[in-house]
Amino acid sequence: MSASESARERIAFERVSVEFQTRSGPLRVVDDVSYRVHDGEFVSIIGPSGCGKTTMMNLVAGFVQPTAGAVLLDGKPVVAPGPDRGVIFQEYGVFPWLTVRQNIAFGLNLRASRVPEGERRAICERYMRLMGLADFADAWPKTLSGGMRQRLAIARAYAVRPEFLLMDEPFGALDAQTRSAMQDLLIEVLHAEGKTVMLITHSVEEAVYLSDRIVIMTARPARIREIVRVPFGHPRTESLHEKSEFGELRSHVRELVMKEYAEQARQSVHVPV
Amino acid sequence: MLRRTALILAPWAVIVLVWYAIHYSGIVNPALVPTPHSVLRRFGELAGDRLPQDVWVSTRRVFLGVMFGILLAVPVGFVLGWYPEVRRFVDPLLNFFRALPPIALIPLVIVYFGIGEMAKVVILFYASFFAGVIVMYEGIAQISPIYVRVARTLGARDDEIFLKVILPLAVPHMLTALRVALGVAWATLVASELIAAQTGLGSLIQNAAAFFQLDIIYVGIIGIGFIALAMDLGLRAVARRLVAWQERIA
Repeated sequence: MSASESARERIAFERVSVEFQTRSGPLRVVDDVSYRVHDGEFVSIIGPSGCGKTTMMNLVAGFVQPTAGAVLLDGKPVVAPGPDRGVIFQEYGVFPWLTVRQNIAFGLNLRASRVPEGERRAICERYMRLMGLADFADAWPKTLSGGMRQRLAIARAYAVRPEFLLMDEPFGALDAQTRSAMQDLLIEVLHAEGKTVMLITHSVEEAVYLSDRIVIMTARPARIREIVRVPFGHPRTESLHEKSEFGELRSHVRELVMKEYAEQARQSVHVPV
Repeated sequence: MLRRTALILAPWAVIVLVWYAIHYSGIVNPALVPTPHSVLRRFGELAGDRLPQDVWVSTRRVFLGVMFGILLAVPVGFVLGWYPEVRRFVDPLLNFFRALPPIALIPLVIVYFGIGEMAKVVILFYASFFAGVIVMYEGIAQISPIYVRVARTLGARDDEIFLKVILPLAVPHMLTALRVALGVAWATLVASELIAAQTGLGSLIQNAAAFFQLDIIYVGIIGIGFIALAMDLGLRAVARRLVAWQERIA
């Protein structure tokens, strides 16, 4: 499932810049970023917090338009959100007024991807089983733990069969053990149904463990500092963490990311009053 | 269960005891404080006389006022909550009218709506609307945009977002607005029945006041309190079923 050089380009950033209007004038958050994500590839975006990583995901999701340059999906510019791109937010966004099953079925009841009753039921059952939610089909989200809510959000996104999975710090709010279990679950699900994935994270460990490539961003405005290829094959298991190559790559990435954090700290000291 | 019942009844028992204590201690002239049992006896007499009619008429007025008030408060509150630009202009207006006590409007209401049922319902409508609209728009304004974003990524169009996301999220706020409006309407009832009312709990109280029948005044006041309490409990029971998904249920 690892992408080769010859694989089809799915997501392309072509010299993308984004500026937001603030009270003190325009603020550049993304600066001249170009990179590509190939079919079936798992790419992580990592960088200091507040550097503009989330904006990069919002560009692909269709929530933000570039000020300059273009974001292309299969060669066509992104104009709006759509069910071809599943988005997983850090704050889950599970619908509290719907049960687990109704949450998963939500997208399947919309005009954009409506399916017949029988098929809908089958899809719900499949993802509830895959995500370990089968025993909670008729439970309200308020009774679920954080990890279960995020599993539900992933199941709901998968149910509409997106081709892309965009994740913004999906496991950021979870404790370390749950987080690690969720990473393995994600690997499992991706193994079952390949997707082209863009993951926004600030965890080096997570990026190295999950990705085919890691895009390291600079402090704001976000520019590409370096793109690191992760040479490990798929599927990956927990034991990969113990390998020396894993440790070396992790140190390399961490060093680059830490430099950017230091740069960010320096910037914030020199912020003009 | 028994313990629970005891806990619920305890504060009421305390009030009755304090009431007796005030009567018999002589702190206040006992002639000015009828005993609970004399009020109860009076209640029994009135229950076979005009009280059922008073309760019915007042309840109907409150019901109509709240119904029309909420029917208007829900869409208006919704628009104000959802469009901050509109709210900026309308908010001062709302606060202006909200501050006017309904009792001060009575002369004008009589001029424009006469002294019939309509006039009383208009006063209650006024009170219910302004209480409800504020609750409604504060609630709608607090709806997290994340749900709309999620729905869009799943392919929802604008009409689907309204029907399947915003509407269900608005239901708890509608119920709260209804509860607040009902409370305010019962609190405004006596004022509304200052307008030439022959029947109703408010008129019962005012007629009794004219003849210094303190025990009847107590019957009227306690009656209003208990009906409002019963309605609130009923509404909360409905809310518990309707919005069982909420983290915290009223």
